[in-house]
Amino acid sequence: MSAPVVVADGVRKRFGDVEVLKGIDLTVHSGEVMCIIGPSGSGKSTFLRCINALEMVDGGRLFVQGQLVGCRADASGELYRLNDREVAKCRQHIGMVFQRFNLFPHMTALQNVIEAPTRVAGRDRSRARTDGMEMLRRVGLADRADAYPRDLSGGQQQRVAIARALAMEPELMLFDEPTSALDPELVGDVLDVMRQLAHSGMTMVVVTHEMGFAREVGDSLVFFDDGAVVEAGHPGDVINHPQHQRTQDFLARVS
Amino acid sequence: MLLLAVAMLANSLVTNAAWDWPLVWRFLFARTVLHGLLLTLEFTVFAMAIGIALGIVVAVMRMSGNPIVSGVAWAYAWFFRGTPVLVQIIFWSFVGALYPYLSLGIPFGHEFVFFNSNQLIPVYVGVVLGLGLNEAAYMSEIVRAGILSVDHGQSEAAAALGMQHRLVMRRIVLPQAMRIIIPPTGNETISMLKTTSLASVVAVTELFKAVQQIYGANYKYIPLLVVASLWYLLVTSVLSIGQHYIEKRFSRGVTVRPVGGRAR
Repeated sequence: MSAPVVVADGVRKRFGDVEVLKGIDLTVHSGEVMCIIGPSGSGKSTFLRCINALEMVDGGRLFVQGQLVGCRADASGELYRLNDREVAKCRQHIGMVFQRFNLFPHMTALQNVIEAPTRVAGRDRSRARTDGMEMLRRVGLADRADAYPRDLSGGQQQRVAIARALAMEPELMLFDEPTSALDPELVGDVLDVMRQLAHSGMTMVVVTHEMGFAREVGDSLVFFDDGAVVEAGHPGDVINHPQHQRTQDFLARVS
Repeated sequence: MLLLAVAMLANSLVTNAAWDWPLVWRFLFARTVLHGLLLTLEFTVFAMAIGIALGIVVAVMRMSGNPIVSGVAWAYAWFFRGTPVLVQIIFWSFVGALYPYLSLGIPFGHEFVFFNSNQLIPVYVGVVLGLGLNEAAYMSEIVRAGILSVDHGQSEAAAALGMQHRLVMRRIVLPQAMRIIIPPTGNETISMLKTTSLASVVAVTELFKAVQQIYGANYKYIPLLVVASLWYLLVTSVLSIGQHYIEKRFSRGVTVRPVGGRAR
């Protein structure tokens, strides 16, 4: 397989007294679509948020593109936290899509998309606009470029959010339950966009409850429970022949 | 009943000669009064400018993860909200008496530059400082409430795009916080307009001191207080209208439609 994009080596995270990640070992390769499933509170979203340093890892090592996430090791292996500017720089190459879209409500769809390219990447405004329109066309919303988020449906908002993340030309896309807040009839459009993106070769980590998507689009499927990876493998194998009782119970409940 | 009371009041306003409307009219545009009005407006504008700018800084400091930074911000609000603004105005106006000379140089060593602080901080500046520093303490709490009202997902989404903390504040959080910040800030501005009358105690001839001087000479207390009140009312009205338009500007994308209106 091709080069690893994300490498997790015994990643641990605790919130107060609760250990939410109890030593996660995972590798995501370039071009791979990894789906993560598991009951709520199993730590899957927390793990995703660790990948772009929205949460800081407490133990173990987490690498993206060979670089430690959120910190730097000196010659003796001592870890130092990166400052605001350095963390922000790392995040530029990682797109993230949230369950609740989090579009900026005071900006139009197009303004949402070009905000980071112009203010962060320092791209020329007119070029950013052209690129931004292209991104909106890719997600099927070129005609809604001037609409404010409140005038868009949930599915449209989520597609704008995907376009916004793609506008920074990321090497890795993280999806945190991207369809969980949507009305059932709107889920399809968002999944279509994600499927397209997967086919274009994007490396993706998707926390989801959509078994159909995981089976059809995913290259690998990971089952999280109680802060640990219980089972991982090819989606078809994990879904059709789960080896562990906990995986079997979970799959029985969601399908 | 209410109408009757209003009618009686109107009647007395017109018929009671002690109101002396011709005198009110004559002094409404008197030089001293207009000059006082101008000073009042200047104090309001500069004090609010300091109050808002410093208020934002203090609010952001207060929400910092660094305990020293947030502690300093807390202490600032504690001190300036805890002492009367009148005392602060008098203090800043006469701070020159406390430190008659300000100098730049090595402590206990050679001094490079001297200032006579009575010249450096004239009473005018003292009033603006007193009002502005006090206002910043109140504004910081208003700004903090506004920042807290913005969903945390907004700063996360901005951070995930690679935006640094300052940019997130300036471009994403503060513009949304404005919706919450503006109405109480309008209140503060209107309140400030009237609080500037405290400057009369340090012998600054703003609007209130101006009419005081006039009725001190002609003993027409009531008509001249009416003169001042009319100007305060007029400016307050203009400010309210301005606030309306600023609110509209910052409600882009979140205009609340009446209940029962079409959802989308």
